[in-house]
Amino acid sequence: MNRQIVKLFAFIVVLFGVLIGFTSYWSVFDAEALKEKDQNARPLIEQQQIPRGRILTADGVVIAKSIPQGPKGERTYVRRYPEGPLYGHPIGYSFVQQGNSEFEQFHNDTLVGEESEFGSILDEITGATPEGSDIVTNIDSEAQAIALADLEAAGFGAVVAIEPKSGRVQVMASNKPYDPNRIPEEINRLNRNKLETPLLNRPAQGLYPPGSTFKVVTAAAGLESGTITPDSTIDAPGTIEVEGVPLSNDFNEDFFGADLETALTNSVNTWFAQLGEDVGANALFEQMRKFGFGSTPPIDLPDDQVYVSGVRELDGQVLGPNDAVDLGRVAIGQERLQVTPLQMAMVAAAVANGGKLMKPQIWSRVIDPDGRVTEKLDPSEYSQATSPETAAELTVAMEGVVREGTGTNAAIEGVAVAGKTGTAETPGNKSCGGGEDENQAWFIGFAPADDPQVAIAASVECTEQFGNDVAAPIFRDVAEALLDGK
Amino acid sequence: MTSARNRELVALVPVALLLTAGFAAVFAQEEAQLGDASLIYGAYFFAICIATHIYLRIRLPNADPYLFPLVALLTAFGLVMIYRIDDGLARDQANWFVLGLILFALTIQFLRDYEVLERYRYTIAGVGLLLLLAPRLPGIGQQVNGAYLGVKIGPLAFQPAEFSKIAIVIFLASYLRENREVLIVGARRVLGVTLPPLKHFGPMLVVWGASMFMLVFIRDLGSSLMFFAAFLALLYVATGRFSFVVIGMAMFFVGAWFIATTVPHVHDRVEIWLDPYVDAPGSGYQILQSIFAQADGGLFGKGFGQALIEIPDGGGTLLPAAQTDLIYSLIVNEVGLFGACGVVLIYLLIAARGFKIALLASDGFSKLLATGLTAVFSIQAFVIIGGVTRVIPLTGVTLPFISYGGSSIVANFVLLALLLLISDRARREATAPAGRDLAFGRA
Repeated sequence: MNRQIVKLFAFIVVLFGVLIGFTSYWSVFDAEALKEKDQNARPLIEQQQIPRGRILTADGVVIAKSIPQGPKGERTYVRRYPEGPLYGHPIGYSFVQQGNSEFEQFHNDTLVGEESEFGSILDEITGATPEGSDIVTNIDSEAQAIALADLEAAGFGAVVAIEPKSGRVQVMASNKPYDPNRIPEEINRLNRNKLETPLLNRPAQGLYPPGSTFKVVTAAAGLESGTITPDSTIDAPGTIEVEGVPLSNDFNEDFFGADLETALTNSVNTWFAQLGEDVGANALFEQMRKFGFGSTPPIDLPDDQVYVSGVRELDGQVLGPNDAVDLGRVAIGQERLQVTPLQMAMVAAAVANGGKLMKPQIWSRVIDPDGRVTEKLDPSEYSQATSPETAAELTVAMEGVVREGTGTNAAIEGVAVAGKTGTAETPGNKSCGGGEDENQAWFIGFAPADDPQVAIAASVECTEQFGNDVAAPIFRDVAEALLDGK
Repeated sequence: MTSARNRELVALVPVALLLTAGFAAVFAQEEAQLGDASLIYGAYFFAICIATHIYLRIRLPNADPYLFPLVALLTAFGLVMIYRIDDGLARDQANWFVLGLILFALTIQFLRDYEVLERYRYTIAGVGLLLLLAPRLPGIGQQVNGAYLGVKIGPLAFQPAEFSKIAIVIFLASYLRENREVLIVGARRVLGVTLPPLKHFGPMLVVWGASMFMLVFIRDLGSSLMFFAAFLALLYVATGRFSFVVIGMAMFFVGAWFIATTVPHVHDRVEIWLDPYVDAPGSGYQILQSIFAQADGGLFGKGFGQALIEIPDGGGTLLPAAQTDLIYSLIVNEVGLFGACGVVLIYLLIAARGFKIALLASDGFSKLLATGLTAVFSIQAFVIIGGVTRVIPLTGVTLPFISYGGSSIVANFVLLALLLLISDRARREATAPAGRDLAFGRA
């Protein structure tokens, strides 16, 4: 019988080995997936017991903090946003029941103090209680406040300001705003509000027709592909046929023998429509791709909360050079072009930075509970969108827009400003109440033109006015605030 | 032959220290200051262990030196975990530990000649079956979570299955000792499969029938599996026919499958096992929480006293039946994969020592009894740990010596007493004729 006893023991060893195997699977190999299950309340309960790190503006204003609640021993923390609606976008919210959104969601691991596997093992051994790190953003409190106040005066819309040489996002304002402090009580009501969509982060999620601001992209494609030089001229009559449909300039004005600067300064539709067709689909879409169209902008917000700009079908599909598109109308920002203010700010920032597009980032540095800076934003390049020469030539043309063209309201005394207006007609837009004279008003630009410190895109929905009337003044106010702070 | 007992004594010291340190860790977590209570508890525990050790020194000087310290280690670990859940429960458990040791001593006192058990094997089998069925008897039976496992007579409540497993192993060991020869010799090969002789196969069918009956009657897949697996283990060891085991397993699974599809409670348990997410807040809650708790433990665990058991603000429990069914999940949560491996290793060491006793024993009954007791003990640990780790459906079997529960502690100490009785005789016989204490004593 002894042989069988030994075999039986061997079998028991195998059985216990299976137990170790399953325990390892649940506790280590599958642990991360299990922690993310909706049915698992443990991570939320634990996070509630950790003081989440603060979020601050670049100038030290506290955007978000955690305050303790309850008696010692069963203390929990709840999120507070002292500035209310001002930073509801893009910071988002963080509550146990409602979850995390936007910046709070993207940087969750840092804010709750989740470190590397090694670091957390050390913590377990030393028994250190987890504590979140603070994050300082690039947001300028004064400029953010001015941007939101201007928007609230002008209408629903968005403002994005980026430092061109670093990609630092200094302003990201969205109207209609919401107060993140009220999320636990009001999230359902806010979600149901389809007319004002306060939870939509318009800078990154508002998809609008870009109108004439897109002419900067078309011009870049013309210069980069060698189709034109700054001295090339194109005859641009008041009306031409594009894809069999007439296309006109404002007031049907003729521009014969116009060069790039003249055409951009006066926003000549027929000039750019012809250029777009000359450049061709491949070169135009290639230029768009280099500016970031067609993919999710590389900003520190959750991917599902940053929308892709481009020629979009109604179902959200983004078209490419091989699809049937009306190139002449794409060239002037019409057709099915849908872009976010963030994307247009990236266009302005790339031109301002000698054609080099930096990755836009909201965060600046991480400070651990002991006050040490543990991480710092290292600005990185997204793409070389144009050559430095092309960028310089575009800058000259864009200066003309503000100096003597369609964007004079963006001018700042004593500072050279480069920019481009846009006014896309959106008749019958339901979110505007269906009026026939509604426009999407735009201004994108940067200043100072000779040494750009700030690039801005401002966009206002549902206005009967033009880009120069409502968007350019917002650009001016926000740019002044940011340049003053330098 | 004092060397064995000396080793036992030395092994008990770290156990007592571990208990003291464990209590200290829980105190430190809960009160943020260290009193001398953990030292007092440690001293009590050590004193009780020493008393038992001295008793063993007198009564069973040759018995295996490692089994008692290993069991004491499990008990100490269980006490700390239960104390961490509820200090009242831990006091009960400590009392049962003492009661268990008293029964342990009584068993050793009165069953020195344990062959006497063979003479009463049918009585013992009858009592064992009666105990199993008791929870279905009107007036005293109790249903817990759909299974009939408990009995309550006046103020006394217990789980009879814990005791009946010992009775049934005694019966099987005795029956197989007597019939193993005919089972082997009478076997015929049919279509390449060795079948046991029909005449002697009857009692085997009875055991299978009893297991199936249990499944229907007390509706507990876990104890049914435990009994039947112990039976197959003994059958295999007695006859050496692996084909018997295969046939037996096939019969069990066919029967279990049939019952699982017809008896609602058993059916639910199997469904939840296959996909707990189907009813996550309801019937799947316990197994899901078990797994989530383990996921939270990771490699090293969160530390003694750190596990989340209750949802804050009276939101309910995060670990249903943490002190009994899910205590292994709590262990993984607090001491991590490494701690859990340690616990499983202790069970494995106990199994190793138990089978070692069976190897050393000279007569058939002792061999089979030691094998059966060790097998049923190991399989019980496997059934509950396998249940909470989703290897098999989760059932209400206790984790021996660790789970909260008087029946479990007391019955398992009786089981340990029987093992030590067999061990004492086997080692005495193995060494005495040759007169070479050390050479065999260490084997």
